[in-house]
Amino acid sequence: MGEMEQLRKEAESLKDEITAARKAVQDATLQDTVSGTVVVSRVQLKTRKTLRGHLAKIYAMHWSTDSKLCVSASQDGKLIVWDSYTTNKVNAIPLKSSWVMTCSYAPSGNMVACGGLDNMCSIYNLKAKDGNVKVMRELAAHTGYLSCCRFLSDAEIITSSGDCTCVLWDIETGTQKTVFAGHTGDCMSLAVPLDFKTFISGACDFTAKLWDIREGQCRQTFSGHESDINAIAFFPNGNAVITGSDDATCKLYDLRADQELITYQDSSIMCGVTSIAPSLSGRLILAGYDDFNCNIWDSLKAERVGVLAGHDNRVSCIGVTADGMACCTGSWDSFLKIWN
Amino acid sequence: MSAASSVVAMKKVVQQLRFEANINRVKVSQAAAELQQFCIQNALQDPLLTGVSSSTNPFRTQKLCSFV
Repeated sequence: MGEMEQLRKEAESLKDEITAARKAVQDATLQDTVSGTVVVSRVQLKTRKTLRGHLAKIYAMHWSTDSKLCVSASQDGKLIVWDSYTTNKVNAIPLKSSWVMTCSYAPSGNMVACGGLDNMCSIYNLKAKDGNVKVMRELAAHTGYLSCCRFLSDAEIITSSGDCTCVLWDIETGTQKTVFAGHTGDCMSLAVPLDFKTFISGACDFTAKLWDIREGQCRQTFSGHESDINAIAFFPNGNAVITGSDDATCKLYDLRADQELITYQDSSIMCGVTSIAPSLSGRLILAGYDDFNCNIWDSLKAERVGVLAGHDNRVSCIGVTADGMACCTGSWDSFLKIWN
Repeated sequence: MSAASSVVAMKKVVQQLRFEANINRVKVSQAAAELQQFCIQNALQDPLLTGVSSSTNPFRTQKLCSFV
């Protein structure tokens, strides 16, 4: 038997081993465990603010850790930092490339980042002494579009790309510290937990991967989706991951049991999930869809308990504030809405 | 890709799978129970779940009407 054939057999056998190991701990289902819990009563959130100002599709938004400011990115070539309490625009940052697909607010509030079809992640300093917001660094090395970026601190940022890799960057030197390779399809989304030790990525190979940041290694791979994973987020307890896919479903994977616990789906939903965010307790999962709506799911009972209807085009991004007080939806209709 | 580099790539795939196969797994009953427990314990502090009163809602501007 050739070496390649031998390796292929070994790979198949290991995959079977993983499947068996997951089954071996499957002594219950989430459904059984929560059978005594009542479904959450109908959740009716209202639009409290509409953020108007972008002139084209909004592709991304991210809340600041202060739960008041947020940044949005639109293909009108602008990043806008909003005061969501007053709807005032704190900054309107013109971009070199208008083909932006992602944006991120640094936990410190000092910087924002964005990127897209320019294959770069541009870092902007919001607190420059002269008051002008300008590009601080351009992180270039990806050979594909920048789909997502998240700051770990003012010194480090993680990016995901259409080149199938994720990268940890040193912002000061503008260099790649670690390349996380393993996905066999475009990386579409990433999320970082509160302890900043790991991160998760969702890709067009239909899998989600958990990575150890310092070791530079993939620790776990989660399958089950039947199409691209567009959105990914950590469950607030840090032990589970929620994903949204073009297969019209969302899934919850438990990290410690190393498997899918439940799928959020409905036969009436036939369009892709674009964005996902949990509420503060994790009991509610808010997911944005291609059909212009956002569905609210009871995460434990897997039942739809609410809808956010109000956009006139695809909901492309969603985010819940750190204090859990509100959620923001961004849409191709050029508006952001704040709901609670 | 050359035959040699395919073998190298495949070896990496096998190595990664071996690593992933060897992790410790917690029973689903325990993981599910802890997930449920977390939700229940934090439910009262979850504004989107409990609702926000207009007096404490930072997104609801209190409009005062007055005759000018």
